Amino acid sequence: MESTSSRATATQREQWMVEGQVFRIYELFGSIPRNAQTQLLELQRDNHIEYLTKGLRQLGPSFTVLDANRPWLCYWILHSIALLGDALDDELEDNVIDFLGCCQDVNGGYGGGPGQMPHLATTYAAINSLITLGGDRSLSSINRHNLHTFLLRMKDRNGGFRMHDAGEMDVRACYTAISVASVLNILDYELVKDVGNYILSCQTYEGGIAGEPGSEAHGGYTFCGLATMILIGEVGRLDLHRLVNWVVFRQGVECGLQGRTNKLVDACYSFWQGAVFALLQRVHEINDDKKNHTTSNLFEGEAIKEDSSHLVEYHEIGFNFLEGCAMEEPLFHSMALQQYILLCSQLQEGGFRDKPGKQRDYYHTCYALSGLSVAQYSSSKDFDSPPLHSALFGPYSNLVEPIHPIFNVVLDRYQEAHEFFSGLPH
Amino acid sequence: MDSDEEEQRIPLSQRPEWSDVIPVQQDDGPNPVVPIAYKEDFRETMDYFRAVYISDERSPRSLRLTAEAIHFNPGNYTVWHFRRLILEALNCSLHDELDYIERFAKSNSKNYQIWHHRRWVAEKLGTDAATKELEFTKKILSIDAKHYHAWSHRQWVLQALGGWEGELDYCQQLLEDDIFNNSAWNQRHFVITRSPFLGGLEAMREFEVSYTIKAIRANPENESPWRYLRGLYQHDTEALISSLQIPSLCVEVLSAKNNFIFALSLILDLLCHGFNPSEEMKNAVQVLKNSDSQPSDLSLADTICGILESVDPMRKNYWAWRKQRLAAQGT
Repeated sequence: MESTSSRATATQREQWMVEGQVFRIYELFGSIPRNAQTQLLELQRDNHIEYLTKGLRQLGPSFTVLDANRPWLCYWILHSIALLGDALDDELEDNVIDFLGCCQDVNGGYGGGPGQMPHLATTYAAINSLITLGGDRSLSSINRHNLHTFLLRMKDRNGGFRMHDAGEMDVRACYTAISVASVLNILDYELVKDVGNYILSCQTYEGGIAGEPGSEAHGGYTFCGLATMILIGEVGRLDLHRLVNWVVFRQGVECGLQGRTNKLVDACYSFWQGAVFALLQRVHEINDDKKNHTTSNLFEGEAIKEDSSHLVEYHEIGFNFLEGCAMEEPLFHSMALQQYILLCSQLQEGGFRDKPGKQRDYYHTCYALSGLSVAQYSSSKDFDSPPLHSALFGPYSNLVEPIHPIFNVVLDRYQEAHEFFSGLPH
Repeated sequence: MDSDEEEQRIPLSQRPEWSDVIPVQQDDGPNPVVPIAYKEDFRETMDYFRAVYISDERSPRSLRLTAEAIHFNPGNYTVWHFRRLILEALNCSLHDELDYIERFAKSNSKNYQIWHHRRWVAEKLGTDAATKELEFTKKILSIDAKHYHAWSHRQWVLQALGGWEGELDYCQQLLEDDIFNNSAWNQRHFVITRSPFLGGLEAMREFEVSYTIKAIRANPENESPWRYLRGLYQHDTEALISSLQIPSLCVEVLSAKNNFIFALSLILDLLCHGFNPSEEMKNAVQVLKNSDSQPSDLSLADTICGILESVDPMRKNYWAWRKQRLAAQGT
């Protein structure tokens, strides 16, 4: 092994290049006059909304590669608009509901477009879109009974879920399935059984969670795994301290978040990793001292049992989660993250991008804004009182709507949905 | 399809072999949202695909059609799924299918569907496919050494089809190319713990610790080997706090007074597990304190938290939380 004076590796070269671009932006920002700074600090609401609404109405031919992801496009756009505190006109809302209705499979679940096989990810996106719209017509359009059948069909014997018939299995599939089941009040023991075991097997030696057992710890899957464990009431089975120690080191000198150790910063991780922090802040098991659990990560007997005497109100977990607060201050640097999002990811002309040098897109717009929300509300004990001025990077007018960090929908839409589906039979 | 082929493409409506099929239009409803301005050739291809999908025609022409549809949109999982049904029904050569995927993957590797398809084919071929699959993933990794799907696929191949013999060497080679490649470190952990040819983690630990310490010495700012080192003791804290090499390494790194955050962090964790620090270690830590900071009667763990709050400000809140928790742990 040679000393550091030898040639830089690919990782180092790429990292230094990104650092260079990011620092140039920060230095430029620091050097310009106050009134010019103000412009750059502002969340460009109008331009973002214009970019988003345009996409909802029409997309160019280059989007053909996303033709099996149209509910995602709906969700990325609708959720972003909702975060910005705006709404669609009634006609456009109806069109969304009707279109997603065309994507709904007669046997349950939603596909990537009309006539496509139902898929867990597009189901998640469709459900979250409908919840974001809110209202009776939107929420009633979901065939919960058939959706439950679809979810069961996706369930594998080992506890995990497949994304579609004979499709791939990973932690993402677990999250998308459990998330929609929870919010729609159709989550039961049959769906929950052994999911915890599968996710546990995906926590790596690094502390984060991988897509499949053995793979590398990754921000997207860590969010999915943690959120799912919370929803099924088994979060204490994870090695939370190891997880925390991994995720805190995902924030580097660029101020934004990376998805994996020694990889590059990306604005979308503002949500995937950022929300991990938001979740951990409300997980009381984080305060448990695990010093004596040296041989195993498993809390024996913690897995949910089937008998009715131990019945867990799954539907209430997501709702009750908002009430607890295990930590006052977030474990990440909120201002630094907001700085990356607004100065490096935001485009003045509308939309957000992965990092300087990349193009804007709806996916990054959605997750940069979601991450901004997480950061802005990270010091708020509850969501009823708005954040202090000191919690925001830039003017107070930058404040976006709060989200439910497990589902990533705007909070008051989640609450409406929770009430709507609570009353309905399983 | 490159521009030459596009110019030569004959519309399906003009191909004699498709004359009996009535294309089925997409039903987006009257006022769809997120409508995509499809080009004519894509629209037509999908109209014909829908026809054979709905009629469940598992024929050679359907197979060719799925390739055309995939070319336009490799993310269409419904098309891939139907392609698999056809391959099964026609009992096609799966080796040819691997070649097809390989040609395709070079330009479309960041796509779940390709990898799932590849796994399905390889599974059907069984252990004979092991070598080819390891070569294929190696090719992808030579372009992008951290390709997530490629690594997952490679791990699946090893577990389902075998081929472990050369894997540790492969990790070694990748780490020589780039010691910061966390995917390679992760793979190393995978091999150490699961290869039927090695003795398991405990048997390999001594060698691995030496290897990792060398890597840390070369680049103490490299997070990967530090995490890997902890990983070697994940289920054996007793062995961790009894190690002589690890505290020695930490002191060495601290003494260089540069890139010592991971070293301090590791010492902190050792202390939380009941480790007894030497005087040398305590002194090495004290040297790093700011002159204006804490009183000297604080515990070593407390002192470390204080130093880290100062030298690692991005994680200020985390180190403050750790310090706060020391009281609860009795450290």
